[in-house]
Amino acid sequence: MLGRLSWAAIPFDEPIPLIAAGVVGLVILAVLGWIVMKGWWPYLWREWLTSVDHKRIGVMYVTLALVMLVRGYSDAIMMRSQQAVAIGGARGYLPPSHYDQIFSAHGTIMIFLVAMPFVVGLMNFVVPLQLGVRDVAFPVLNSVSFWLTAAAALLINASLVIGNFARTGWMAYPPLSELTFSPDVGVDYYLWSLQISGIGTLLAGINMVTTILKMRAPGMFYFRMPVFCWTALATNMLIVAAFPILTATFAMLLLDRYLGMHFFTNAGGGNMMMYVNLFWAWGHPEVYILILPAFGVFSEVIATFSGKALFGYRSMVLATLAICVLSFMVWLHHFFTMGAGADVNSFFGIMSMVIAVPTGVKVFNWLFTLFHGRVVFKTPVLWSIGFMVTFVLGGMTGVLLAVPPVDFVLHNSVFLVAHFHNVIIGGVLFGAMAAYNYWFPKAFGFTLDERLGKASFWCWFFGFYFAFMPLYVLGLEGMTRRLEHIADPSWRPLLLVAEFGAILIFFGILFQALQLYVSIRTRESRRDLTGDPWNGRTLEWATSSPPPPYNFAVMPEVRSIDAFWEMKATGRIAPEPRYEAIEVPRNSPTGFIIAFFAVLVGFSLIWRIWWIVILALVAIAIVVLAFGWSENREQEIPGAEIARLERARLGLGPGE
Amino acid sequence: MLAVAACHQTGVLDPQGPIGAAEQLLLINSTGIMLVVVVPVIVATLAFAFWYRSSNARASHDPDWAYQGGIEFVVWSIPALVVILLGGVNWIGSHQLDPDQPIAAKAKPLRVDVVALDWKWLFIYPDQGIAAVNQLVVPAGTPVSFRLTSATVMNSFFVPQLGSQIYTMPGMTTRLHLLADNSGDYPGISANFSGDGFSDMRFIVKAEPPANFVAWVAQVRASGSALDDAGYAQLAKPSEAVPPTTYRAVAPQMFDHIVSQTVSDPPNAHASRAWCPPAHAGG
Amino acid sequence: MTVTTIEPVSPDRVRGRGGGGPAPTRIVVAYGFWIFLLSDIIMFSGLFAAYAVLSAETAGGPTGPELFNLKNVFIETACLLVSSYTCGLGILSAERRQRERFLVFATLTFVLGAAFLFIEIREFAGMVGRGASPSRSAFLSAFFTLVGMHGAHVTSGLLWLVYMVAQVIVKGLRPHVRRRLLCFSLFWHALDIIWVGVFTLVYLIGAR
Repeated sequence: MLGRLSWAAIPFDEPIPLIAAGVVGLVILAVLGWIVMKGWWPYLWREWLTSVDHKRIGVMYVTLALVMLVRGYSDAIMMRSQQAVAIGGARGYLPPSHYDQIFSAHGTIMIFLVAMPFVVGLMNFVVPLQLGVRDVAFPVLNSVSFWLTAAAALLINASLVIGNFARTGWMAYPPLSELTFSPDVGVDYYLWSLQISGIGTLLAGINMVTTILKMRAPGMFYFRMPVFCWTALATNMLIVAAFPILTATFAMLLLDRYLGMHFFTNAGGGNMMMYVNLFWAWGHPEVYILILPAFGVFSEVIATFSGKALFGYRSMVLATLAICVLSFMVWLHHFFTMGAGADVNSFFGIMSMVIAVPTGVKVFNWLFTLFHGRVVFKTPVLWSIGFMVTFVLGGMTGVLLAVPPVDFVLHNSVFLVAHFHNVIIGGVLFGAMAAYNYWFPKAFGFTLDERLGKASFWCWFFGFYFAFMPLYVLGLEGMTRRLEHIADPSWRPLLLVAEFGAILIFFGILFQALQLYVSIRTRESRRDLTGDPWNGRTLEWATSSPPPPYNFAVMPEVRSIDAFWEMKATGRIAPEPRYEAIEVPRNSPTGFIIAFFAVLVGFSLIWRIWWIVILALVAIAIVVLAFGWSENREQEIPGAEIARLERARLGLGPGE
Repeated sequence: MLAVAACHQTGVLDPQGPIGAAEQLLLINSTGIMLVVVVPVIVATLAFAFWYRSSNARASHDPDWAYQGGIEFVVWSIPALVVILLGGVNWIGSHQLDPDQPIAAKAKPLRVDVVALDWKWLFIYPDQGIAAVNQLVVPAGTPVSFRLTSATVMNSFFVPQLGSQIYTMPGMTTRLHLLADNSGDYPGISANFSGDGFSDMRFIVKAEPPANFVAWVAQVRASGSALDDAGYAQLAKPSEAVPPTTYRAVAPQMFDHIVSQTVSDPPNAHASRAWCPPAHAGG
Repeated sequence: MTVTTIEPVSPDRVRGRGGGGPAPTRIVVAYGFWIFLLSDIIMFSGLFAAYAVLSAETAGGPTGPELFNLKNVFIETACLLVSSYTCGLGILSAERRQRERFLVFATLTFVLGAAFLFIEIREFAGMVGRGASPSRSAFLSAFFTLVGMHGAHVTSGLLWLVYMVAQVIVKGLRPHVRRRLLCFSLFWHALDIIWVGVFTLVYLIGAR
């Protein structure tokens, strides 16, 4: 009746996950109770859960990412603490069966449920505004994408208390992830969660590519698009081209596990290295899926706060597209130690180095954007400068690892761990935080507290250096990754320094939370009434903060690269336009309902409860068919209503 | 941090053989080449950001300065030149230090077959007809020619002080050549996560003067048990932190047998295979 | 603190190509669906790659030449290719608002698609009956997954076709119904393209 699910699945003998989950459960219940008590449920349902407004969906994506960041960080601090104490004869406080789940969950969550939703959310919020349009190409699909991602987050966290998570590392290499070596549900949690979130991400990518290529304000030719839109285009093309590979690869592993097939098994002619190849054929483009939007953010932030146009716009675009193409030609550098031979290794090594050229060009262009600028040191700028300093170091160690013989001695070491944290924290996370501080006033209509924002930056910045510079050294001393306990007592001092760094990062997160709290409390005094708090250059600053549901009352006409800057400079401001009716997409519960059943499908597939799988799939089919039958997916806001809203925003009296 | 590394050198920074030494040199050279660009970039970033701060009235300001062909040319050229240089280093280094490449030396190479098991290392000396677990005794100054595979999940064979690691993969054979210049004990590890017992999947490389090596072989042959198929099946069961042991004899062709058995196993029987561990404890 | 609004655009510039503002819905929908199809083809390319790597890994079990019946496959292929033709004719009729003609061609498309599926299922059942099941060897795992995935797509295509016919009967050939029909036809033709790959790589090369 319940497949493999029984009381034995609840880890009563492991207090840590149980208590953690208990606390999380209580917090969720408390929040839900609060919502019900306050009578906010209808508001929440109407304005958020069923919203298909790209701005709302973007905000929900980022919120999900921030919540999951806390989960991912908890995993991180547990690992660092284990490695700081389990040295020499000591065994620490985590047994291997638990520790192995933690590092697997940390990687999986940070990549798929922190970094991905963060950048997808940013693109969702910003791109249509920057393009000067009213929504994405497929608003309901957008909601489906988000809710599928949220469904995956729920499933992964369910593994804390019901069963267990994978103990294979976040790449889940077979044959370790095959049924023979991982017979429990851990890998199934991993695979089904990521399949569900992968479908969400793919749909989001299709949506965004269509939006950027087919829906731009009049006059916005390709070479007038803001650089963030270019990087978003490149990223989403990568999503469309790379995620299906992951879906196919995971599907094969699932077939091995569920139907006894032999794609990657030791027996029956399977080939485990095929998984490794296919995984990284997705995995390396994935790295650029994450970093390219961050590059876009830095381009916007540095240009805006230098009061200057971005230096070398065309070469930035060219560099972005070069990275986009090259990212598919380097996957083998993740396993030089497979023994593929010198020609193959050096080809992939050199291709990997070639990516450093467009990346280096970007760094130089940011440098020359600062040159002759008037740099205002707001929080986003600190994150950007911190990024430039940190990222070049990460890039350097990356190029180092692209030399196959050097990789032979550093592969899988904590040097590698330090390298990819150097580029992911120093690149993606710094970019996400710059973006969060930069676009927050646009999303909510008030700015974030500067002092706490800067405090958070410094904690993250130094926390990163203290946490990961020791790992570079330890990697050179021969420490490999994923050790549950450490034999060499001479590594203790550096591991303690790394632990200190991780604690500093905790304060970074704390200050971020505090910044949000304080800013909300003092929001009246920090309202952004102009819609343009930073003297911005691109179209998102041309509308109010937060923007109305239709984004722009009148479609803007674009005449140059920094469209809004040009409007301000030439004074191209209409006295009062004639407002016309605007069609906006109607709210739809489709995404939320599909995701609800997707959770059921995923959960019952993991536990092999076949009847629920079938019922939930039928339910999804019915929802899709019902949606496919519907017609009136738009509603019209009459011109008079828009005139009223706009006049209120501009502080004019009731007109006519 | 670097000071700490300098006073306590182990691992990759303390190479004890030609492969490790060459790789360390490559590491240092490549870092040096890149630092020539990286350090000025970091300094320039901080300097530009500081000088062009909005409060500095003396700094020039040119809001429309967004393109200059010469700068663009230089900006593309600098990383391109660095990459061309490093690419050459990469190509030459990759070919010289290919793990498949035999090491030129006067002494005849010692052949060792390596099998990764859950969670220990089996070393078979085909020419001597002996085997050892978690300890690899080799003559110093003599090249060692490895063939490697795994009878379980993927692992990576790595002796940091000797250089190059290489994957051990089920059903496949990889090749590696290493040499220890001096006698000494060098720690070895698995550098690819392989399950619960992974942290203790360590072994020790004992490089001995050639005469001592010969004596060691004689001593191993004279004592302990032989590694036959039954003994292997027993050994292949999962176990952790296994103390070093030796086998006075080993069944002929055992390595090829392990490689091919892993491949051509009858389907649907993988769980019952002798040396495939039974399902690990479920959760 | 300047308050800015934006100048209206002259209406003649709103529609059109390139810089002329957002494209009409029909274009956006078809374009988005095209990109989805591209991603689907990439997913198939992963399965093709797996088949190419594993096609020789029979683990002592039956091989391609022992299992494949090229005559069946030719009939199967003919059914699918002709169904693409009838599908195209159906869409043309729909564009010309010829409801009855559309229904005839849709029925033909469905019958041919179903025939393809029937032959494929019979082939699969025959193979499993001879002990050549997907868990027999890596080759068979890859074969069943690649061909079966295509079959699953054909199945969902048939269901979609039925659903579209229902929409045409109930609602008539209204613009949004024609838009969805256009997407369906793109999907159906893409399945042909993938099948040409399957036919070549799996059956023609594999049967030798």
